[in-house]
Amino acid sequence: MITLTNIHKTYAARGGGASVHALADIDLSIGRGEVFGIIGRSGAGKSTLLRTVNLLESPSSGSVTVDGVEMTTLSAAELRKARHSIGMIFQHFNLLSSRTVFDNVALPLELAGMAGAEIRKTVEPLLDLVGLADKRDRYPAELSGGQKQRVGIARALASKPKVLLSDEATSALDPETTTQILHLLADINRRLGLTIVLITHEIAVIKEICHKVAVMENGRVIEQGPVFDIFAHPKHPTTRSFVDPVINRGIPDSLRDRLSHQPGPGSNPVLRITFTGEKATTPVISAISRQLNLDLNIWHGQIDEIQGAPFGTLVVEALGDTAKVEAAIALVKENNLGVEVLGHALPANH
Amino acid sequence: MLSPQIIDLLIKGLIDTLQMVAVSGAIGTLIGLPIGVMLAVTGRGELLQNFAFNKVMGAVVNMTRSTPFIILVVAIIPFTRLIAGTSIGTNAAIVPLTVAAAPFIARVVENAVREVDRGLVEAAQAMGATPFQIIRKVLLPEALPGIVAGLTLSAVSLIGYSAMVGAVGGGGLGDLGIRYGYQRFLPEVMLAVVIVLIVLVQIVQSTGDLIARRVNKRNLKS
Repeated sequence: MITLTNIHKTYAARGGGASVHALADIDLSIGRGEVFGIIGRSGAGKSTLLRTVNLLESPSSGSVTVDGVEMTTLSAAELRKARHSIGMIFQHFNLLSSRTVFDNVALPLELAGMAGAEIRKTVEPLLDLVGLADKRDRYPAELSGGQKQRVGIARALASKPKVLLSDEATSALDPETTTQILHLLADINRRLGLTIVLITHEIAVIKEICHKVAVMENGRVIEQGPVFDIFAHPKHPTTRSFVDPVINRGIPDSLRDRLSHQPGPGSNPVLRITFTGEKATTPVISAISRQLNLDLNIWHGQIDEIQGAPFGTLVVEALGDTAKVEAAIALVKENNLGVEVLGHALPANH
Repeated sequence: MLSPQIIDLLIKGLIDTLQMVAVSGAIGTLIGLPIGVMLAVTGRGELLQNFAFNKVMGAVVNMTRSTPFIILVVAIIPFTRLIAGTSIGTNAAIVPLTVAAAPFIARVVENAVREVDRGLVEAAQAMGATPFQIIRKVLLPEALPGIVAGLTLSAVSLIGYSAMVGAVGGGGLGDLGIRYGYQRFLPEVMLAVVIVLIVLVQIVQSTGDLIARRVNKRNLKS
């Protein structure tokens, strides 16, 4: 549905300094009906990248195609027409304060020259869809943040777009409202088959509704893939730093104090076992205990669900000699589960 | 107490003042509003960035704005004659008042339009709006409270200026105050003129504030 090929964006610095690379070497392919998340810290370039999709930012080089149309070579008038099929929602909603809810949603249709009666026929079902039918004659200043974003969503959907771009749409909302808005977006994605591209700095948003994710840093995409894979096996340190807090791969502080990189006198290896997908239910711990006669002291465990698939981690201290521990690691790997040695636990009184 | 003749003169002066302010304000708005919008949208990084237009128009506006009004009145007498056929009287006074009002209004409109959140322009662009549509459907309606406040300010300034044209034979309340209050030394006439002007400014300001509040939907109680 959307293909970005070899996108570069440089800004000429003012006063003859070195030019600034806002985007570099970006290749993304977003399938029809996908919810595609782009995550990065502020300044990573995700906002610029999102705006290249509808050419609010034109790339310095590279190609942008949306629904088979090469966007970068369109004339101004053709581009305006192409934008009718790309809706956009914003962090600060960007509603017109001088217009009522109804008139805000009607704006894109007015711009496209639709007649009044037809506008009414289009806008009213949209207000129902986002649950704001009773607010149709209210002004934005009379609405809560969540309601304003619902208006924003209805407005973005008014011209029946194929793509919805979401620019930090939940970042100004409280957690509960965020969840409601994300559910609304997921619902729209399912019901209308709309392709959604969203940018966020909150990994929880990715986890909640995205199918695929790209992680950005310094204007580049450093990692991308299905959300489950990225969560289960983050490769880049930045990705890890995003993923770790949500799926809580962390270890309680009291135990971390006992953890050392080097084996010490009386220390035991600490293993992290990762359960993914259907393997998440494998009874590997009891198998190790039984088959190898190795005691495992469970430090920390968690099971989570990402995009509907179970995902768990278990941190255990192996109370046995090196040979047994290696046999245990082999056994875990035999069961196709992930395992890594986190370190060595020194005795508690150390 | 004021004699009936003086009261008649006051009423005539008030009507003249109102006429001068209304006509120059209206024509000044017709000229100043589009110039103000153009100044706002041609600035750096704006919708229709155009340095040449912005610089030239900005310079013209500043030139008129930096000339003291009383100098402006005298300086453009030939132009006034050309337009009004005379340089004396209420109709003639409308010409310099308009010349002063238009750039003033252009600046207050420019400021009001610049105040509109850039995000709204971006949202409209994302919807595929043309620059003209953005001006008409987004910038002007969103800037309206600021424009109304600016026009009120302009009207109040015009009332002050209209009193000044009295000094050069322009008619109106200023003329009355100078000729009767000052030159004939009738302090009660001067006082009456000042009171009428104060009341007039109050009424204009209150009405302007009321309209600005009415059209401002930004601070509604939920």
